[in-house]
Amino acid sequence: MEEKTILERLREEFPAGVKDTLTSLGDEVAVIDKEALLQVATFLRDGPAEFAMLLDLTCVDYAGEEPRFEMVYHLFSLSRNRRLRIKTRLGESDLRIASLTSLWKNADWLEREVYDLFGVHFEGHPYLRRLFMYEGFEGHPLRKDYPLRRRQPLIRLKE
Amino acid sequence: MIEEKKKRPPTGQFITTQFNLLLGWARKFSLFHYPFVTACCGMEYMSAACAHFDIDRFGAGWTRFSPRQSDMLLVVGTITHKEAPVLRTVYDQMTEPKWVIAFGTCAVSGGIYDNYAVVQGIDQIIPVDVYIPGCPPRPETVLDGLLKLQEKIQHQDQDWRWKKKRS
Repeated sequence: MEEKTILERLREEFPAGVKDTLTSLGDEVAVIDKEALLQVATFLRDGPAEFAMLLDLTCVDYAGEEPRFEMVYHLFSLSRNRRLRIKTRLGESDLRIASLTSLWKNADWLEREVYDLFGVHFEGHPYLRRLFMYEGFEGHPLRKDYPLRRRQPLIRLKE
Repeated sequence: MIEEKKKRPPTGQFITTQFNLLLGWARKFSLFHYPFVTACCGMEYMSAACAHFDIDRFGAGWTRFSPRQSDMLLVVGTITHKEAPVLRTVYDQMTEPKWVIAFGTCAVSGGIYDNYAVVQGIDQIIPVDVYIPGCPPRPETVLDGLLKLQEKIQHQDQDWRWKKKRS
């Protein structure tokens, strides 16, 4: 099964959910609606494409644009040695998206990282808590509007 | 005559020194170190500590993994704000006399990590005796830093009556 056909299959299966499909730097990219994420991901994992592995899951802050945030998922098919990228946009007013922990176990920490650094809420995540930053840390440091010089030390610093 | 001298053990030989200097001499050659290794500088620490460069030649060969048994704290690598309380606790647990070496640019000044997470130099948290720059420092630089610390220990005022300090 070739890549082109998987994107075509995706468009056929989810005519409303898949907004755009393209090729970028040798990888197939599907731009989807965020409501369709869980269904698309389930289809990709269990369907003929066999994307058994979630390589990475991250977020991009396009400050000034609307919708502001973009979630990026990198999938890898072990049986076919193929990659696929899924992108979906999130508005700042409604930073919610379905969690993929039910499909791929490693999504757990990746989603906690994105929640920590960008403030995206993953619905259905079993334990959505900060991963890197400490308790009591305010804000989300990888957002473009986090102040560059803002420090939140846990103990008093000498000058 | 020479044969005669060889037979008899030497007598009446003595040196004069100050107690302060003697204690400094003893302390500078018996540094037990605690490596607080957090980042890539640890590789250079291992290189300096093991046989090729061998800080044991300078009396600092014994690594103690308990702060209560050590008197030289080597802070090797990046210290984040999340980790700062841990480092502070380790320093507080060490018994006097104690010395601190900031090993590598990150421990000295935060290095390239001028961001929300990283402490800009461990001297914001604990007092530092010797700063070793480099990203990472070469083992020769580490040995030079160790010699600098020994020099400092030799010449400092050796306060040895810890619990009997005059008010």
